[in-house]
Amino acid sequence: MGRPLTITEKIIQNHTDNEAVAPGDIVNARVDIALGNDITAPIAIKEFEAIGIGEVFDRKKIALVPDHFVPNKDILSAKQAKMLRDFAKEHDIENYFECGEAGVEHALLPEKGIVLPGDLVVGADSHTCTYGALGAFATGVGSTDLAYAFAFGELWLKVPESIKVIFEGKPKKWVSGKDLVLYLIGKIGVEGANYMALEFAGSTFKHLGMSDRFTISNMAIEAGAKSGIFEPDEITEDYVKDRAKRDYIFYKSDEDAEYAKVLKFNTESINPQVAFPHLPENSVDINEASAKNIKIDQSVIGSCTNGRIEDLRIAAEILKGKKIAKYSRLIVIPATPDIYRAAAKEGLIDIFMDAGAVVSTPTCGPCLGGYMGILADGERAISSTNRNFKGRMGDVKSEVYLANPAVCAASAILGKIAGPDEVS
Amino acid sequence: MIFSGKVFKFGDNIDTDAIIPARYLNDSSDENLRKHCMEDADESFPSKVSKGDFIAAGNNFGCGSSREHAPRAIKVSGVPVVIAKSFARIFYRNAFNIGLFILEADTDGMDNGDILEVDTDTGEIKNKTKNTVVKAKPIPKFMSELVNAGGLIAYAKKKIKEGKK
Ligand code: SF4
Repeated sequence: MGRPLTITEKIIQNHTDNEAVAPGDIVNARVDIALGNDITAPIAIKEFEAIGIGEVFDRKKIALVPDHFVPNKDILSAKQAKMLRDFAKEHDIENYFECGEAGVEHALLPEKGIVLPGDLVVGADSHTCTYGALGAFATGVGSTDLAYAFAFGELWLKVPESIKVIFEGKPKKWVSGKDLVLYLIGKIGVEGANYMALEFAGSTFKHLGMSDRFTISNMAIEAGAKSGIFEPDEITEDYVKDRAKRDYIFYKSDEDAEYAKVLKFNTESINPQVAFPHLPENSVDINEASAKNIKIDQSVIGSCTNGRIEDLRIAAEILKGKKIAKYSRLIVIPATPDIYRAAAKEGLIDIFMDAGAVVSTPTCGPCLGGYMGILADGERAISSTNRNFKGRMGDVKSEVYLANPAVCAASAILGKIAGPDEVS
Repeated sequence: MIFSGKVFKFGDNIDTDAIIPARYLNDSSDENLRKHCMEDADESFPSKVSKGDFIAAGNNFGCGSSREHAPRAIKVSGVPVVIAKSFARIFYRNAFNIGLFILEADTDGMDNGDILEVDTDTGEIKNKTKNTVVKAKPIPKFMSELVNAGGLIAYAKKKIKEGKK
């Protein structure tokens, strides 16, 4: 027997021809899914053409999701979306999504069963790490990487060391995956896991659903991590069994696998978190944030971090029968068409609109300061998204605070950063 | 290779939104990237930078999004090498893939306008203004092969040629 392996090492090893892999090794890994969007794929397509190989490695293993500026916000973005469409047509790409079917890529791919446990996924988008929630090795790469993967179905990867992060205990009411991950980033910093794989474990995750795991894996990159993985279990199985159209594998870490670090947190003592501008690591307890009386102009609920149906249900529970504060905006963006439809059926859209919210078609939109909810100089937003860098949502002199959907909803009602208990 | 030029100095956590803001990502042309490079960190950068200048920064340079537009913007601005105390992972691989040198070194002694001479083979960074020398961490072998081949696409082309032989 070789040395004991982490789940990450096992997945990578099984995607190479190497007999053994160890952290630090640079390997050529076979790719199950290679993903691009309307910002990153245009460069990848140009570079793919420069390689001159003609054919893509496998039309079924490429996913193209126009979501950042789609429905097209302007002529230039329309050109970029057209490049994806033309490429998809030319190569008969199976997983191409026209707007109407498309949603935020990292919510869409798991929902459609395109990414599955045990997969090795590379995506030209930093939040590709989201799929770690399924027990896949998934990591963000660049456009040139994507072009290479389109051509050869493999890519160079450095095998990462792993940090094990254990959350024990039942979360308090209103504490979600978002709060745990903001709390973690607050502890280890935005560079705390640079080049490493985060592996999440602990009894807390028996109390939370897949949606919380997606949120946590999604923000692994905000600690600099290469990936953020969960060992698949019955919760994973429930999520994937009716979505998968091909086989999948549940990998588990060996008991005596080696970790660069093991971090343990007591979930029971964690409150909802708010990350202050301009880094996700500036997270503080909601009580402390609320006491500061921070006025907000806009609240955003959506994105690959927190735009799933579970997130919208929580927001609706708080907003039901209430109005948002005068002179403030609430923008709700279901992350995919299926989520949008479910929210309509469940009456959530009515609740949001009655409260005074704008409900948008699925798109990344304001999350990256693209369109639909851009902030003016001096304006302040609270957002369920994942980044609060300077200028992320608009003018360089605007501010973004990150929080879970419950806090975003409560803050919208009071027009200031507030916890859900303050409005119910 | 040896490069020499003046330094533009930045702090910690210069994210990809600062290097090339998302509002310009509807156009990936070199011209657009050059025009807005580093704009949200230093508005005057695009007009002041000249070919051969360096960017030096603190920790975690290039954190955030995977947008390759970021290292590309720097490269098309004429900057041949970025020196920082540390780099975020995706930026690091993107830079090598597109043939932009990046060196991890102590940048504390470097100030705006200092003249540097940088040897990417030895990792030696001479500060001509301050008369000091710092040594960068060695570049992993595979990465220097990649950058010397002209980036990942050139490497891929070579791979195809060899396969066809
Ligand atoms: S929702 Fe935001 S973080 Fe997620 S893929 Fe879109 S722009 Fe990126």
